[in-house]
Amino acid sequence: MGKLQDKVAVITGGASGIGAATARLFVSEGAKVVLVDLNEEKGKAFEAELKAVNAEALFIKANITSEEEVANIFKQTVETFGKVDVVFNNAGIGRVHPSHELEYSEWRNTVNVDLDGVFLVARESIREMLKTGGGTIVNTASMYGWVGSPGSAAYNAAKGGVVNLTRSLALEYAEQNIRINALCPGFIDTPIIPEESKQALAEVTPMKRLGKAEEMAKAVLFMASDDSSFMTGNSLIVDGGYTAQ
Amino acid sequence: MSNRFDGKVVLITGAGSGLGQASALQVAKEGAKLSLVDLNAASLEETKSKVLEVAPNAEMLLITANVADEQAVENYVNETVEKFGKIDGFFNNAGIEGKQNLTEDFGIEEFQKVVSVNLNGVFYGMKHVLKVMREQGSGSIVNTASVGGIRGVGNQSGYAASKHGVVGLTRNSGIEYGQYGISIKAIAPGAIMTPMVEGSLKQIDPDNWEEVGKQFVQPNPMKRFGKPEEVGYLVAFLLSDQANFINATVIPIDGGQSYKY
Repeated sequence: MGKLQDKVAVITGGASGIGAATARLFVSEGAKVVLVDLNEEKGKAFEAELKAVNAEALFIKANITSEEEVANIFKQTVETFGKVDVVFNNAGIGRVHPSHELEYSEWRNTVNVDLDGVFLVARESIREMLKTGGGTIVNTASMYGWVGSPGSAAYNAAKGGVVNLTRSLALEYAEQNIRINALCPGFIDTPIIPEESKQALAEVTPMKRLGKAEEMAKAVLFMASDDSSFMTGNSLIVDGGYTAQ
Repeated sequence: MSNRFDGKVVLITGAGSGLGQASALQVAKEGAKLSLVDLNAASLEETKSKVLEVAPNAEMLLITANVADEQAVENYVNETVEKFGKIDGFFNNAGIEGKQNLTEDFGIEEFQKVVSVNLNGVFYGMKHVLKVMREQGSGSIVNTASVGGIRGVGNQSGYAASKHGVVGLTRNSGIEYGQYGISIKAIAPGAIMTPMVEGSLKQIDPDNWEEVGKQFVQPNPMKRFGKPEEVGYLVAFLLSDQANFINATVIPIDGGQSYKY
């Protein structure tokens, strides 16, 4: 018996990085997975890869900043698999840009994806989970939801928003058996980090290495599964100790 | 993923009851060899028999020791290494609540007693276990703090000071030892129905403590007490290789309580 046996899990940003690593782990723990991504080519290829090992997987191309497209994710998921038990609300974007040069449109775009999009996915998730009597949501925040960093004001503001959105929604739906937690990754070895920066970022991390996407997936699995049944509202920092400094 | 502790050695203090016992059961189910420490020898026997029910082949070492006595701590660490050859996971958990009173009436002796177990005991444990883990180049430590280690609770000067201290130790030492492949984290349990919490409710009203308990968890977002085994799942996750990159941080397990205030 897997820790997510016969559960239906929606994963946004599911075609690559932490989302894809989590989808792999969820499948190995018995879940049916819905992969949501803007990148259709990668998403379809990953869906095929999971199906090839007899996993139940469905790719849905969607932009999480669109209310209609988010509603459609859940409509299609319920049509295909009948319910939604787990949502890994993970899609996000980020770019380093000095704040005095930041166009308002770029600020709006970042906050739109990283905060508004997370809210829209959480709202639809909660609507479905209220029908079935409960579920778990894991939002991807960041250690930059806890500490500041230069050149990343919009991302950091949005991620700080996700941390307190997580707390607030958790309190609101605790009695309805919907648990909502957040993952706060530190510096993780994914293609987003340029090769030439990796050594320096490992050095400033107390564990002297970058985290792995698979390690993030294990933390997400813990929060998504019944193993964390008394935890809600938590933002689990998985950063090798960076923010404790 | 069912056997995260095959071949692993886990050392647990306060193993005779509550969170220590629940965590022992969880890691034993998943294959761990156990070194169990408690002040109360009879309670260790109780944990042992419960472990054997869920893990009939579990290897166990029982050690009666007072964690506030550094020599006793050094001894329990040495005995564990002599028996099992290593320590992969350390649940540094033994603690007491102390008498409840206003700060001005709390009493110097009572304050020192609570701090000597909850903070000094945790520090001694880390001191001696970290030597072993540094030599190994691996290991995971979980210290038991409390919601009372990140929030004010009231009438618990000694408990609050000691548990806040545990959070500080966790951050400090996690920064130091991360480079050796060792992670150190703290848990902050809220209202969990353990014998210690039962005792605490009985201090408030010995005759109606169950009713007091119901009232006590009304403000909790989940409106219930957590169960010791729910903390056991978290401790097992944090002691396992699944949580190696979680370091120098404190993790509440409180049904959302600490996010409300």
